Amino acid sequence: MHYTWDWLIFFKPSVTGEGMYGLMLLRGLLWTVVLSLLAWTLALGIGLFAGVARTLPSRTARYLSTVYIHCFRNTPLLVQLFLWYFVVPELLPVEWGNALKQMNPTTNQFLTVLVGLTLYTAAKAAEQVRAGIESVPRSQKQAAMALGLGTAAAYRHVVLPQALRTVIPPLTSDFLNVFKNSAVALTIGLMELTGQTRQFSEFSAHPFEAFIASTLIYVAITYGVIVLMRHVERRTRVPGLLGAA
Amino acid sequence: MTLKPTFHTALIRSFLAVTGLALCAGVAAQTAPPLEGTLKKIKDTGTITVATRGASIPFNYLDDNNKQAGFAWEIAQRVVDQAKKDLKLAKLDVKALEVTPQTRIPLVANQTVDLECSSTTNNAERQNQVSFSTTFFVVGARLLVRKNSGIKHWSDLVGKNVVVSAGTTAERMLRQLNEKNKWGINIILAKDINENFLTVETGRAVAATQDDIILFSNIARARNPADWEVVGVPQQKEAYGCMLRKGDVAFKKLVDGVITGMMRSGEFASLYEKYFLKPIAVKGSVTVNFPMSPDMQELLRHPNDQPL
Repeated sequence: MHYTWDWLIFFKPSVTGEGMYGLMLLRGLLWTVVLSLLAWTLALGIGLFAGVARTLPSRTARYLSTVYIHCFRNTPLLVQLFLWYFVVPELLPVEWGNALKQMNPTTNQFLTVLVGLTLYTAAKAAEQVRAGIESVPRSQKQAAMALGLGTAAAYRHVVLPQALRTVIPPLTSDFLNVFKNSAVALTIGLMELTGQTRQFSEFSAHPFEAFIASTLIYVAITYGVIVLMRHVERRTRVPGLLGAA
Repeated sequence: MTLKPTFHTALIRSFLAVTGLALCAGVAAQTAPPLEGTLKKIKDTGTITVATRGASIPFNYLDDNNKQAGFAWEIAQRVVDQAKKDLKLAKLDVKALEVTPQTRIPLVANQTVDLECSSTTNNAERQNQVSFSTTFFVVGARLLVRKNSGIKHWSDLVGKNVVVSAGTTAERMLRQLNEKNKWGINIILAKDINENFLTVETGRAVAATQDDIILFSNIARARNPADWEVVGVPQQKEAYGCMLRKGDVAFKKLVDGVITGMMRSGEFASLYEKYFLKPIAVKGSVTVNFPMSPDMQELLRHPNDQPL
């Protein structure tokens, strides 16, 4: 390999005159973290509703949430993002579409990715929630109803407290995936960590240093998430409910 | 006690494997015959890997018959023919590898690609990693706008949305301009040349910045070419060259010889006519219509491999 390594490149000024190369990565990291955490928080809320809706007695609720989950879980995130960014503004009334397009481009890109990433992640989280609910024996819900609890109260006090604890480990994977999936933002021009890494590598012609650094950053983020989730798992675990006590 | 294959033992094993490979490579390098670098590899393997781009019209593209074509692609083919002749090979396989602006430099540096001729600017940063052949094209970044947009000069962009392909030298130029003059331009980054145009077409940006030749090729392929124009005086010129392994003197000499030879023999001018003035087989038939600039004429008189 004929490659000139230069690990000090991070501290050298960028050719664009916008500060050091290392700062590009930090700027990207900030977008990645803000985007992923927001998307995850919203996705948890939506996923909880959609997951519960799939198990409700109401046929309409079940039908609607099934359609939503299937559409968003079974198509590539990249395709969804392109639809949100390029197609949706053309389908809206002309003034709305133009208002969207004339917004500050970064805000517009951020909101587009946030919507896309949230709905995609929520659809996956919803399936986990449904699986969790179905893992609680039906007899428990029936017993709760027999005691006079309504559907809402039975979910609130009996089913969900167990179901949600059960799904914490699989949800950890989804949490990790949000950070990794957020890299699709670069395809519509939001320069998150991967996007900035590519810029860095193009401008400096030091691609390997740039990508090694961002790989380490991603590993650090995901490791942090794993440690956090282990802690949450331990705190919320019900002894005897999940394999090893 | 049996040792279970844990993460640590796996790590040690892969470390040993990598060290072993490195040692083998070291031994191989010591016993190398006089033929070196790219030429040696071509002779030993009987193949040459040429990089290409999917849609960098008219430099590298797949035409309507799904065949590789383009101005830079044909130059690369001339180099392949010459290498075959010089090395006295009965047969030389050409592997075409599609690259993107982000992958091209790493792939040349790690020797996956032997030759990359496309719309690649020769500049000082890139010369740290790769070498460039004699320049085969000179461009300058300009602006693509709708005719009724009222934008004629760079300074008309103040406070507006402008799109540019991410990671290109045009982006670098636009950022420098914006930073220096405090124009407050909102820079939108597009993934590739086509998305760049899509962004102005859908009205998200008032102008697209890009190497002039690419803008003209965008207009040629637009649904309504009469709606568009290219404005703004180029802020700086750029030279396209073929990328090859850094410091590979013998191969560079061959590539330079082919390009300079084409310029001297008039073959270069006829190839130029074929791709820039006559219809090419894209979307039925389009004509880029880009007569040779004074810079190009100067280049033909004095071929050189310097960045501009």
